[in-house]
Amino acid sequence: MAALVVAEHDNRALRPATLNAVAAASEIAAPEVDILVAGKDCRSVAEAAAKIAGARKVLLADDAAYEHALAENVAPLVVGLAQNYSHLLATATTSGKNLMPRVAAMLDVMQISDISAVVSPDTFVRPIYAGNALATVQSKDPIKVVTARGTAFPPVEATGGTAAIEPVQTTGTTGLSEFVGAELSKSERPELTSARIVISGGRGMQSGDNFHLLEKVADKLGAAVGASRAAVDAGFVPNDYQVGQTGKIVAPELYIAVGISGAIQHLAGMKDSKVIVAINKDEEAPIFQIADYGLVGDLFKILPELADELERHQ
Amino acid sequence: MKALVAVKRVIDYNVKIRVKADKTGVETANVKMSMNPFDEIAVEEALRLREAGIVSEIIAVSLGVAQCQETIRTALAMDADRGILVQTDAELQPLAVAKLLKAVILQENPEIVIIGKQAIDDDCNQTGQMLSALLGWPQATFASKVKISDGRAQVTREVDGGLETVSIKLPAVITTDLRLNEPRYASLPNIMRAKKKPIATMTPEALGVDATPHLVVLKVEEPAKRQGGRKVGSVAELVDKLKTEARVI
Repeated sequence: MAALVVAEHDNRALRPATLNAVAAASEIAAPEVDILVAGKDCRSVAEAAAKIAGARKVLLADDAAYEHALAENVAPLVVGLAQNYSHLLATATTSGKNLMPRVAAMLDVMQISDISAVVSPDTFVRPIYAGNALATVQSKDPIKVVTARGTAFPPVEATGGTAAIEPVQTTGTTGLSEFVGAELSKSERPELTSARIVISGGRGMQSGDNFHLLEKVADKLGAAVGASRAAVDAGFVPNDYQVGQTGKIVAPELYIAVGISGAIQHLAGMKDSKVIVAINKDEEAPIFQIADYGLVGDLFKILPELADELERHQ
Repeated sequence: MKALVAVKRVIDYNVKIRVKADKTGVETANVKMSMNPFDEIAVEEALRLREAGIVSEIIAVSLGVAQCQETIRTALAMDADRGILVQTDAELQPLAVAKLLKAVILQENPEIVIIGKQAIDDDCNQTGQMLSALLGWPQATFASKVKISDGRAQVTREVDGGLETVSIKLPAVITTDLRLNEPRYASLPNIMRAKKKPIATMTPEALGVDATPHLVVLKVEEPAKRQGGRKVGSVAELVDKLKTEARVI
């Protein structure tokens, strides 16, 4: 048994999500866990990957065709390497979700999506119906293509490994798609899916401008800022803030939901958080049923008060 | 150009899911079923492309039990032109759905295929990517904006870090994200007209596709319930509890 993890990176640095996939792969196939770094001029990423605890080997595919991780170009590369592996893994980020089903179909196997636990090398647990049910599924395919839910697999250490870096034969471009551009959100705050504390706003925030009230609290706590689908749909904040069934899945130590009623699809994205706080003026809001600490009241009064109170305790 | 949209019949998003006592799945008897919300967005996008004069005909395809006819009728009532039902009582997993859609597509030759990025029942998020792989076509997943010109689609995609734009050659598969559009409600005249629109029925066997599941569902269980519901009276009490009781700040 051996597993290949497809690394996520921006050609300069490894994304932390890679460490979650390595954790899942290690549960299945340790110590035979290899990491694929496909990109352009990305040797520094391969060097970082080689230091990941538990990595056996790093495969480096350096070619302009892989610069933007276009699935049409990367999938044939992964498929070409697949014969050496029993498992192919990525974290269930938008990048993993985009690539891995394409790989699976080319191999004529089913993907096992968004697993939350490894039962055995061919059996996995995965949430369905927005996490309202957990399915245990067994794959009958010779190669298991798996995406892992990041929050279910705590990251392995980014250092301590001494894997060798091996260049692999590149597969070139299919010419099917082209990267045009990206508008990436810039933030000094921690990344949503790996933050220790997350504070999210919902429709109750009433406008994007009001999110500065949340940000003030976030800065006191070193927290990431998220949002409900309602807040994103209303245009208060960009799409990459969305926590929920079809947005980002988070499970921080502390999740503070502000002005969020608690729709099923939102709960799906945060209910595995260790401690949940809900602040809402409607005491009947469903979010209170799952909150460890609920505070009923006007968020426009509570948020400044909370920022002051945290200031006092610092 | 022809557009093909795939529409899945799923438990309505407002229904509270109940896991069956024997752990074989979730209760679907006497439960309201609807079109997968992401597929509604796919139908709407195809309609807008037709209104813009880019698409000439919209075919709505559903796969599964006979009642999937109703899901197709919903798409026709939104104003898709005709339907195709690939009918089977067997369980269909995304790889099988992708193979069946491919077989239909090879008969219909659409230049653009639009489907939801994920179904809200199995939450797989696979079918579109698999379909484009099987066809050897490009894919643009999680679309929040689609522009068609000169035989290409320029698609803005919702990604974890923000937005990304790709340009893909047609024919291609596009999967929809939430912000692509807001689906319309069917008008009464369109609902009446939809009843007369044709729905062709096919079977996996007739399409020559082996739709056997590759994954065996061993059991379906309810997740552990959270014990919540405690209230605090003030911000000071909240901060105190977080510090001394929960010890998370």
